Amino acid sequence: MLKLLLIGLKDLKLMFRDRAAMTFMLLAPFLLTLGMGFVTGSFGRGGSGLSDIPVVLVNLDNRELGNALVDVFYSEDLSMLVEPTGADSAEAAYRFIDEDQAAAAVIIPAGFTQSIIPTAGTFSPDPVQIEIYSNPARPTSAGVIKAIVDEFISRVEEGRITGMTAMLGIPGIQDMPSEQVEALARGMFENAETDSASAAAITLKKVSQGADAVQFNPLAYMAPGMALMFLMYTVSYGGRSILAEKAQGTLPRLLVSPTVSYQILGGKIFGMFLTGVAQVGILILASSVFFGVRWGDPLGLVLLILAAVFGATGWGLLLTAVGRSAGQVSALGSSIMLIFGILGGSFISLEQLPPFVRMASKITPNAWGLDGFTTLALGGGLPQLAEPIIALLVMGASLFVVSALIFSRTNVMKR
Amino acid sequence: MPPILQVHNLVKKYGDFTAVKGVSFDIQQGEIFSLLGPNGAGKTTTISMLSTLYDPTEGDATIAGHSILKDPMAVRRVIGVVPQDLALYEDLTARENLEFWGQMYGLGGKALASRIAEVLEQIGLTERAKDRVRTFSGGMKRRVNIGVGLLHKPQLLFMDEPTVGIDPQSRRAILDNVKELNAQGMTILYTTHYMEEAAELSHRVGIIDHGEMIALGTQKELTQQVGQTETLLLHISENDDPAALAQSLIGLEGILQAQASDHQVSVITPQAEDVLAAVVGAANDRGIKIRSIDIREPNLEAVFLHLTGRALRD
Repeated sequence: MLKLLLIGLKDLKLMFRDRAAMTFMLLAPFLLTLGMGFVTGSFGRGGSGLSDIPVVLVNLDNRELGNALVDVFYSEDLSMLVEPTGADSAEAAYRFIDEDQAAAAVIIPAGFTQSIIPTAGTFSPDPVQIEIYSNPARPTSAGVIKAIVDEFISRVEEGRITGMTAMLGIPGIQDMPSEQVEALARGMFENAETDSASAAAITLKKVSQGADAVQFNPLAYMAPGMALMFLMYTVSYGGRSILAEKAQGTLPRLLVSPTVSYQILGGKIFGMFLTGVAQVGILILASSVFFGVRWGDPLGLVLLILAAVFGATGWGLLLTAVGRSAGQVSALGSSIMLIFGILGGSFISLEQLPPFVRMASKITPNAWGLDGFTTLALGGGLPQLAEPIIALLVMGASLFVVSALIFSRTNVMKR
Repeated sequence: MPPILQVHNLVKKYGDFTAVKGVSFDIQQGEIFSLLGPNGAGKTTTISMLSTLYDPTEGDATIAGHSILKDPMAVRRVIGVVPQDLALYEDLTARENLEFWGQMYGLGGKALASRIAEVLEQIGLTERAKDRVRTFSGGMKRRVNIGVGLLHKPQLLFMDEPTVGIDPQSRRAILDNVKELNAQGMTILYTTHYMEEAAELSHRVGIIDHGEMIALGTQKELTQQVGQTETLLLHISENDDPAALAQSLIGLEGILQAQASDHQVSVITPQAEDVLAAVVGAANDRGIKIRSIDIREPNLEAVFLHLTGRALRD
């Protein structure tokens, strides 16, 4: 185990002493992010980088709160971000999504307002749930819609709790007739809506704060996009080093030392992984320091980086297993880096690509990684990251198994 | 004391090609044993099998009592290997290279640090320890390459053509280093195609050609095989037939043997000067153009020539 770590650390050291590799690993993605930031004007504006997200709104409530939520989507503040369309029924909205015409559908059920602002004889202890029907092919945009609705709901909930708390403090409320209590509650909620800061959240003014909360820095997409693309270079370079060591005689020298083959191969893989983690970690840190990207949940960020590098390392190992020489692995690695970069959304948001490309992107660590980084940038935490992280881990593990089978049939480590 | 290395009928085949054809020999503790032979003779393949890099197709060997087939890990612990090609990380410093390879042999902590200092001193690179190997001359790299093989104080050191491609000064330093290591008690298996190196260093020499051990013994024993004879080596024009000339020389007075190989004819004779005129005359008679003539006294090269009809560096 110790030798495995030592071999990995040696490879990390060698990688960071290779100026050409450093240029590709760190400088190139950083400069590309910087360039794309300038080209898209991301440094000059604080607004959302995503624009015109198609969303279907179904307002079955047709009362104060339901209308308020619809108004939020039609507000001037969100006019650049979303492109709302109305629908009469949930079924109609589902069709929009199923036909990939929108990123999400927001279905406001009948009785939503009533469940929060009771009328006489209709007091309900639990509010009715708003349904968000997401388009799985557009996870980022769907995430933005969900964040807008979440923010709206949290403000409404805040106002509701404030009202209920105030009511419970009224002396003799237990002895009042139920109609009187409900009328009082309704009055308090409505007063809170206009007077208190918390209830003001359900007005358009507060919703515009909600829009601020989901402000998405486009560099939060570009920076990891470039980092993940050049991660493929790093892992292919790591894989190439196994064959390069064979050619330069250090692998045979390791094989005649009292070191077991699996320690050597494991060390090389560990070195690949370690270098990838260092690369992505540095680039993500740089995106925070230089571009002001906020990544939110630090634990989620670390786990996502580890999972993304694990998935990419699987690809690097597969390249090594099928490559016959260091040069061949290098050439294959460069090709895969570009293909995965395009396919995985590093250059163009996947949502702008045809459905079959989005489907194909699932084989790339870039797509899953970007999904995760976007989720983080939108304020998501570990629960929302579970899917991309699990997908990346499964991808890495599967590729490790396939590579191991190929290794066992080829002579990369064979004496 | 039993030999530290016992090789039994070692064979290595690559498909239809047999690189090593049943080689057997022993090396005693404290000996420098040279495997002498031209390029492609099977020296490196033999060392690669003995160092457990390749599995032999047939045969076995024991090193310090451990079979290379049955207990390769134990073999690796007692041997040191200095490969023919440099096997170093050029972007690491000399010290970092020694540290890494020492760790691969299970060394660590103060013991490793002190051993690295000793080895750096031994190879004369203490002053350059913090410099990256990439910045070193070919000779200095060779010395680091040797240093790596010495770190764990192996009982048996394999040195595979360690002086190939370096300047005379570095070559001298390496040969002196080998003698010093041996004087300190290290047993060495040294491969070379330089007759002078084998002659200078070795207690015993094994001559290997086309994968076969064709002669084995001390230098004295080997040169006795050719007796008190001299060898005339005639280099002839590429357009002429060496076999025809060799055939015409056999039977001439004072000529014991004449053999043809690529563009040359070797003539073994008790006294080269006595037959020189007759040999040149025979070539002229057949219109064969002689480009140069070497006269060689009995030495390992003459032994090789005697045994194979070819010069060592052909």
